Amino acid sequence: MASTSVPVSGSTERQETLRAAFVAALLGLSLVFLTGFAQPQLLHNAAHDTRHSLSFPCH
Amino acid sequence: MLARILSVGLLAGLVAGLLVAVLQQVTTTPLIVAAEVFETKAADQPAATAQTVHDHGTHEHGTHEHGGHDEGWKPADGLPRLFYTSLATIVTAVGMALLMLAAMVVTGEEIDDRRALAWAVAGFVAFGLAPAAGLAPELPGSAAADLVARQIWWAATGCATAIALWMFFKSEKAILRALAFAVLLAPHVIGAPQPHELESRVPAELAAQFTALSLVVQASLWVLVGIAIGLLWPRLVRRPAT
Repeated sequence: MASTSVPVSGSTERQETLRAAFVAALLGLSLVFLTGFAQPQLLHNAAHDTRHSLSFPCH
Repeated sequence: MLARILSVGLLAGLVAGLLVAVLQQVTTTPLIVAAEVFETKAADQPAATAQTVHDHGTHEHGTHEHGGHDEGWKPADGLPRLFYTSLATIVTAVGMALLMLAAMVVTGEEIDDRRALAWAVAGFVAFGLAPAAGLAPELPGSAAADLVARQIWWAATGCATAIALWMFFKSEKAILRALAFAVLLAPHVIGAPQPHELESRVPAELAAQFTALSLVVQASLWVLVGIAIGLLWPRLVRRPAT
């Protein structure tokens, strides 16, 4: 009984880890997209110097 | 796990972003401001563009317009500009930290100070050095091809290089390492979108100085994010619910 419960809890933990990583990656991508890539003039102008200085393509 | 990733990512990004915001203020921002003077001057008097790379009998500009740089709201020079640039740098740093943490967690990498720093250096190679080989970091007013095409090439090159580095370092098989090398080279064989005319409005000395400094600033951001993650991750252990 104990031997079967170990892999189950291990895979549940792995699933939780993957879910957490997915949420973190999505959030991270959104933030980098907003500051580095988004086209709207307002976002571009606010992040302009950062885009240039971190060598994102700009203009 | 999610709470730990988010808190480490936020804190690491905040610290690294703040430090790099200070660095930008004394390195890249003065060059951007200086370049804008040439850009504005050149836009006002297109015939007297003494700073262009080469003379054109008929000076045509418009192929690389500045994307409406003077249109709409933008932060005023001085404190507002410093504030928004610092904010954007911190937000970018938080995003980078979260992406790095997510990648390390998914690949099952143990997160400690040395490994986090190694991943950060790889992050800079992938998203700093490799895209710069095709698209040199540029000042406002430099000649450039279509923006979206450059953004796609930049992002694809960064991702391809990151995958290639991971394959190379994590695989023992020669065939996979050879494949990693091919993936690494592919974006450069395809080639980055280049401007039709090599016509810049900023002096070459300023542009060269900016390219080098911009790579240093980006390297500093990656390394600081890596150090901060390596320091914070072991200290922010989720406490068992009792």
